[in-house]
Amino acid sequence: MATAFSAAKFGTQFFPVGTRSHENPLFGHLKTPACSFLGSTRRLRFSSASKLNQINSHRRSVVVAVSDVVKEKKSKSTSNLFLLLFIPAHSIQLITKEEGLELYEDMILGRAFEDMCAQMYYRGKMFGFVHLYNGQEAVSTGFIKLLKKEDSVVSTYRDHVHALSKGVPARAVMSELFGKTTGCCRGQGGSMHMFSKEHNLLGGFAFIGEGIPVATGAAFTSKYRREVLKEADCDHVTLAFFGDGTCNNGQFFECLNMAALWKLPIVFVVENNLWAIGMSHLRATSDPQIYKKGPAFGMPGIHVNGMDVLKVRAVAQTAIARARSGEGPTLVECETYRFRGHSLADPDELRDPAEKAHYAARDPITALKKYLIENNLATEVELKAIDKKIEEVVEDAVEFADESPHPTRSQLLENVFADPKGFGIGPDGRYRCEDPKFTEGTAQV
Amino acid sequence: MAAIFQGVGAATALSPSNSIASKKFQLPTRRSVSARKRGIVLVRSDGSLNLGLNSRGRRDQPLITNAVATKSDGSAASTASKSGHEILLFEALQEGLEEEMDRDPRVCVMGEDVGHYGGSYKVTKGLAEKFGDLRVLDTPIAENSFTGMGIGAAMTGLRPVVEGMNMGFLLLAFNQISNNCGMLHYTSGGQFTIPIVIRGPGGVGRQLGAEHSQRLESYFQSIPGIQMVACSTPYNAKGLMKAAIRSENPVILFEHVLLYNLKERIPDEDYICNLEEAEMVRPGEHVTILTYSRMRYHVMQAAKTLVNKGYDPEVIDIRSLKPFDLYTIGNSVKKTHRVLIVEECMRTGGIGASLTAAINENFHDYLDAPIVCLSSQDVPTPYAGTLEEWTVVQPAQIVTAVEQLCK
Repeated sequence: MATAFSAAKFGTQFFPVGTRSHENPLFGHLKTPACSFLGSTRRLRFSSASKLNQINSHRRSVVVAVSDVVKEKKSKSTSNLFLLLFIPAHSIQLITKEEGLELYEDMILGRAFEDMCAQMYYRGKMFGFVHLYNGQEAVSTGFIKLLKKEDSVVSTYRDHVHALSKGVPARAVMSELFGKTTGCCRGQGGSMHMFSKEHNLLGGFAFIGEGIPVATGAAFTSKYRREVLKEADCDHVTLAFFGDGTCNNGQFFECLNMAALWKLPIVFVVENNLWAIGMSHLRATSDPQIYKKGPAFGMPGIHVNGMDVLKVRAVAQTAIARARSGEGPTLVECETYRFRGHSLADPDELRDPAEKAHYAARDPITALKKYLIENNLATEVELKAIDKKIEEVVEDAVEFADESPHPTRSQLLENVFADPKGFGIGPDGRYRCEDPKFTEGTAQV
Repeated sequence: MAAIFQGVGAATALSPSNSIASKKFQLPTRRSVSARKRGIVLVRSDGSLNLGLNSRGRRDQPLITNAVATKSDGSAASTASKSGHEILLFEALQEGLEEEMDRDPRVCVMGEDVGHYGGSYKVTKGLAEKFGDLRVLDTPIAENSFTGMGIGAAMTGLRPVVEGMNMGFLLLAFNQISNNCGMLHYTSGGQFTIPIVIRGPGGVGRQLGAEHSQRLESYFQSIPGIQMVACSTPYNAKGLMKAAIRSENPVILFEHVLLYNLKERIPDEDYICNLEEAEMVRPGEHVTILTYSRMRYHVMQAAKTLVNKGYDPEVIDIRSLKPFDLYTIGNSVKKTHRVLIVEECMRTGGIGASLTAAINENFHDYLDAPIVCLSSQDVPTPYAGTLEEWTVVQPAQIVTAVEQLCK
């Protein structure tokens, strides 16, 4: 339990960087002989997770952003602070009816789609690594529904729902998963590589962290267009989604630095679901409070309850507005949870059932449904109608994907190069790409 | 012989116009040979692609090479016309880059010290003052991330030129280059193009130590979806730089630390060099010597000796490391029936190894002898000057190899 204790201690005080007093609890526990190795799993019973929640409430009393860019006062709850900026009291509506139904529909679509993916996987319709998003819908919906079509989204391998929220049709995503030509990437990308130029979804990346620089580049283009190409109205924002495991990766830190340095219009959204396959966030990270890493680079760091779509949306509004106005990036840590395993191949044996039950009780969809009904924004009937509609959409997507053709041999070499002259000049003096046998895939390469 | 290579600044010793071809052997180049065969020389200045049936014609355009070269490319303007201007290789790269940046406002540069410092080899000198700090971006020391940033920018409409201060540093960017640069066009089903240029100096220098003397072309060559070119003269440096920037494919342009001060007279008018073509340096009859980058000069040095001994080597600078120009190479093999490859990559898994395989596969019947490949030793480049000299191929070894091959 040493970890939890030291973290709790740390949470109640704020240590300026460089403090190395012998009383520093950050290092104190390391001197305790009875302290077992940080990596011991037996410590990770659910009680430590509940300690994490207590720590959270402690944390929220800590100064959130210490940069000169944003100065915040100590408050009871960080996420509430931002809520306070917009909505002074709970009784005032956070959303309109239309917005509420839109959010609900999007989350239901995400959930139903992912459930169908699991079914199809076990029926042998899709293969490989499939990572499902169940439980995290509030983050995708909360953020992406605020974007314009021209704004960009960069995701990871857990990207189906990001694609759906951004507007990629369910049919295109399902076909892609089935590996058919009608998929959004012609069947060439698969589950982990969802791209859509039309909807500005820049992927879909299999290695964690490698999408963050790409997102930084998209944000750079936005700034470049405004300042160099003089397109004054170009205020496109980029969202980069990634997990808690990625926050220990070099590319994360390098991009936080560059984005803050050049005030790029980007929001870094951490979907902290506490687990990186079987590695608990607490076992992998020296300071598990990811949002604190924002101020270290000169941007605000916000922690928000990622199971509550309205809270996420409120935070997202600030962050996106900040980026759009040219004030620079924001780091948002959404505390969320995935109900299923890391992927469909993961037996998910390490996580404590009590922890899973705790978060299952905070299902974002159930929470929004309750909110809509209690605030008279929607009736059960209306919500059931949406459920039914989405069910049909998903089934239609499966049917479409089933009936779509598999890629033919000639598709194999088609998109390797944007300019197929890149295949070079063959012995006969002609460019290889002109040889019809080459494009058909029957030529000797 | 070593003395000649001490000072690369002694441009006259290494300038291509001094190559053996310009004096004694004013033989028609491959280009003009094919011109005679076709009866026309196609020149297109607008750079448009003609997908007509005359494929050879299409390959010759939009190269203004034809306009000035009825001689070998290397000595193009120097003997043909008195126009053109003398320039050092790094200046030629800078000129090409600047012209492309003038031509297309989406072209931008990213790298360490490319802006205010002007580039550690002065390739981007003056550009930041002219185009601004955002277009010529000084990045923090984070190769993986700024290369990825270049890729993201390329996907969303810009045309970045990413500089690795030394090619070896791009090992840190291998994740982005392999996964994203090469693959995203394919995995996105063709939706996103990545018209990025990644360039930088590599190769064995003057006692720079093992890590600054790496040859990354051998590591990158398997990455699908990228093109690799290596420049060796001011003429082809500018031409390849411009072609790479204009290309829709991701291109990696390999420069060499020791070649930056080469001097040559290049045309004033706009020209590009075809990314997929090899360059005939010196036509010959007895043996085909394939080389690229700095080794071209070791080969030409050896060629002088060989000519004195009565051999007639054909020297081809392959320029395009991926894909290989099998037409030029094949025609040469069919003529001479003997191949010597001289490269700076390591013995194991280098460009020479791939080239040997490609020639064996395609032109086996035309070979009278097994292909000989001279590469650097599989050794981390030592600091000591004498040891360093022994790791790379020296002209004497090339002469010996040719003599052996032509027995």
